[in-house]
Amino acid sequence: MGAVLPLSVLFLWEILSRLGVLSEDGFSRPTRFFVAGARALADGTLLQQTAQTFAAAAQALLIAALAGIALGAILGLFRPLERAAQLTIDALRPIPSVALIPLALLLFGFSREMSAAVAAFACFWPILLVTIASVRAIDVRMLEVGRLLGFPFAKIIWKVAIPAALPGILVGIRVAAGIAIVVTVTTEIVTNPRGLGFAMTMAAQSLQADLVWATLLWVGVIGWLVNWGLERLERRWLRYR
Amino acid sequence: MKRLAWFSTSVLFLAALLVAWKLAADAKLVNPLWFPGPDKSFSKLFEWVTTGSLWAPLGQTVWRMFAGWLLACAAGITLGAAIASSTLARRLLQPSAEFLRPLPASAILPPAILVLGFSDAMIVFVVAFGCVWPILLGAIHGFGSLDQRLTEVSRLLNLSAWDRAWKFQLPNALPHIFAGMRVSIAIALIVTVASEMLSSQPGVGYLMLVAARAFRSADIFAGIIVLGMLGFLTNYATQKLEDWLLRWRPA
Repeated sequence: MGAVLPLSVLFLWEILSRLGVLSEDGFSRPTRFFVAGARALADGTLLQQTAQTFAAAAQALLIAALAGIALGAILGLFRPLERAAQLTIDALRPIPSVALIPLALLLFGFSREMSAAVAAFACFWPILLVTIASVRAIDVRMLEVGRLLGFPFAKIIWKVAIPAALPGILVGIRVAAGIAIVVTVTTEIVTNPRGLGFAMTMAAQSLQADLVWATLLWVGVIGWLVNWGLERLERRWLRYR
Repeated sequence: MKRLAWFSTSVLFLAALLVAWKLAADAKLVNPLWFPGPDKSFSKLFEWVTTGSLWAPLGQTVWRMFAGWLLACAAGITLGAAIASSTLARRLLQPSAEFLRPLPASAILPPAILVLGFSDAMIVFVVAFGCVWPILLGAIHGFGSLDQRLTEVSRLLNLSAWDRAWKFQLPNALPHIFAGMRVSIAIALIVTVASEMLSSQPGVGYLMLVAARAFRSADIFAGIIVLGMLGFLTNYATQKLEDWLLRWRPA
């Protein structure tokens, strides 16, 4: 039932394009872009670009997770520090991630690090906020046990606070993983000559409409798969709990 | 009194970070060519404001952002109401919506440029596309989750479908719709800026990209501050609007 709409859209698209109602320069036509997509898939360029995008997104997620969990644990354990930092968080968080693209471009040039830096900024906030909230919800007695055992502060964070807060943190990481892909593709489309985003920009600039639509479809499938996989992982984790 | 004390601590913390930024810039930890101090960044912003050169690009950015967002609100609420009220519409449309939702909004920029060209209309369309999903999902959920008893009441009162939608379902859906609208206004800003950068349409995003190409880093930081404030203000305004429109709800 759900396939009716997309299939009829594609069918109508094909017909209108053949009748010349839809300009082929912009809309191409479904039969053409499936061919273009199959060709890009067969010669490996599409897979290579996908790998580049995933590498940048993974790097961003890793940086954001390390920074977000460490800072979040500290702020979650020290309520006064968190209240002092609140204004700073409120001031920095609304900065749209793409506003950092020009700066990242100057700092890192056209590289994977550039996309990763911009995406890491976007991923950092959900992880930070969720970590603060989950660490604060930990049973105080568990932290006291750590203190009684004479653990140093770093060990309390590493051995007690983070494991206890992990279920919440994982939810934050799942949200951040989706953001990482979206922001990485965005930086690639806007400036960075790598990955799936740039493949689309390049194809559009060389007026290969069929390749643009094929890549867009591929990005859609990838985005949907990532989302589906993450949701399954989370459900699995919740069942385990 | 206690709140004031905490607020001052908060301000002090932020000020300490600004001082650290200044010290790091002065010590030339990073090449000053791309890392100006806060003094240079804020004086650049001040210069933009006093000479008035900020207003035209800022106006462009704000216009595109709100035009796209409002379009998305209208489309999301109507479509959401339709999908929620008809099983057929839900079965037809929901799978497609689920597929399109995780698609990065900016990904439709290249095809949108091919079809609509480098224009304001193109940007507004892409912004609306990016903004519509949270609103749509909120509307579907809100319109569809009316309490069974209220549905029965509306039937007993013999209300028309329109009256039921307007008097029962819409008030029930509004909090969910607003939650979506608040997520969307942040998306609107991001997509607007990204579109301006890619399509070289005058606006704050384009201004910053040109500054990067000319290594004018103070302009970049001033732009980041402007966009940060814009993000903060729009989020604050939608929050206040939501509180005001939903003031009838028990807290």
